[in-house]
Amino acid sequence: MALNKEQIAKRIARELKDGYYVNLGIGIPTLVANYIPAGMDVVLQSENGLLGMGPFPFEGEEDPDLINAGKQTITTVPGSVFFDSAMSFGMIRAGKVDLTVLGAMEVSERGDIANWKIPGKMVKGMGGAMDLVASARNIIVAMMHTNPKGESKLLPACSLPLTGVGCVKKIVSDLAVLDITPQGFQLLERAPGVSVEEIIAKTAGKLIVEGEIPEIVF
Amino acid sequence: MNKVVSGAEEAIRDIADGNTLMLGGFGLCGIPENCIDALVKKGVSGLTCISNNAGVDDFGIGLMLQQKQVKKMIASYVGENAEFERQLLSGELEVELIPQGTLATRCLAAGYGMPAVFTPAGVGTEVADGKESRVFNDKEYLMEMAFDADFAIVKAWKGDTQGNLVYKETARNFNPLMAMAGRVTIAEVEELVPAGELDPDHIHTPGIYVHRIFQGRAYEKRIEQRTVRTRE
Repeated sequence: MALNKEQIAKRIARELKDGYYVNLGIGIPTLVANYIPAGMDVVLQSENGLLGMGPFPFEGEEDPDLINAGKQTITTVPGSVFFDSAMSFGMIRAGKVDLTVLGAMEVSERGDIANWKIPGKMVKGMGGAMDLVASARNIIVAMMHTNPKGESKLLPACSLPLTGVGCVKKIVSDLAVLDITPQGFQLLERAPGVSVEEIIAKTAGKLIVEGEIPEIVF
Repeated sequence: MNKVVSGAEEAIRDIADGNTLMLGGFGLCGIPENCIDALVKKGVSGLTCISNNAGVDDFGIGLMLQQKQVKKMIASYVGENAEFERQLLSGELEVELIPQGTLATRCLAAGYGMPAVFTPAGVGTEVADGKESRVFNDKEYLMEMAFDADFAIVKAWKGDTQGNLVYKETARNFNPLMAMAGRVTIAEVEELVPAGELDPDHIHTPGIYVHRIFQGRAYEKRIEQRTVRTRE
């Protein structure tokens, strides 16, 4: 069984460490916040200008002046701090954020990422993604292994306009956990019941498979 | 020194066709609602607007887009506005999409009197096309120029008659940066107080950057994505 979005988030949450400052992108990455292990001190950065992002407000307590980078109403936590957008990207650029999790349309075997534009079709913009991928020390991508047509999104080279070059360190897809190494995608774990053969078939970029590949255990 | 004006109409009185405007806010959070309404009413056109987003179809800068007042939009993310996407794909609207941190830093550079800054955002992508780059400590950076805007229009929570500004929560976003960056800076505030009432230690934007200030009216503060949790 391929992982669902919640399971992808749950697996990524295992990469968190106590004391981490983490930026979570829109979509599946946002769900990672639900799986921060109890007792672990992780501070969430929202690039519109907040460190210490809390959960959604209770109904009736929404504050229009308090939103996250996805424009959703949120709350603060004890120790939260607000700042302007230049400082927000300053701390990102200076490498103060320990981990960035974001989505992708395509990732290449060299760690290039494309996630902001489909020429002639989708014009939404890169938001903060280009700044994040250019400076983050550790980038994990949460994505589907293939597109709805079944074509691989893990490619020898991205076909869409790039967001960043050689920056992705790890991918957690619905089928597998992979590291990006100088030699290509290295298969680390597979989703429960998903065979190595299926992952090989659905990975267009160079895939390294060494020894037994364990299943992800939840 | 008299920076206080009666309202949005007086504040934007000399904004003319073809001007370049900076508009503060992130999404619909912390946008200068009163001034946008006044600009729509005034009907100035051919504007270049620098703002992180372009509002939604019927609120924020979206209102100016509907009236076709915007010639060029410089933004980082415009995904919430269908009219924007239509005008862009039909070629009616010129658009420059730039990374969010680059947008913020180009405002900062203008307010700090620096002609350009270096950032790694966009290296190896189409954002780098035509830009000068330099390598520092084995990493490549793009040279990005400070913005030059005729007017910056920002929204603050509180302000005083000296033009000092305080922002609230994430409504701060681009507002203090743009406030520093306009040739003329207009600030609309929810509460205007006499000089001396704001704690000097708690002011975010020093009044030297602000030329006109007024207390805005009837803020809608529309929420773009209302997300809540249920009580257990």
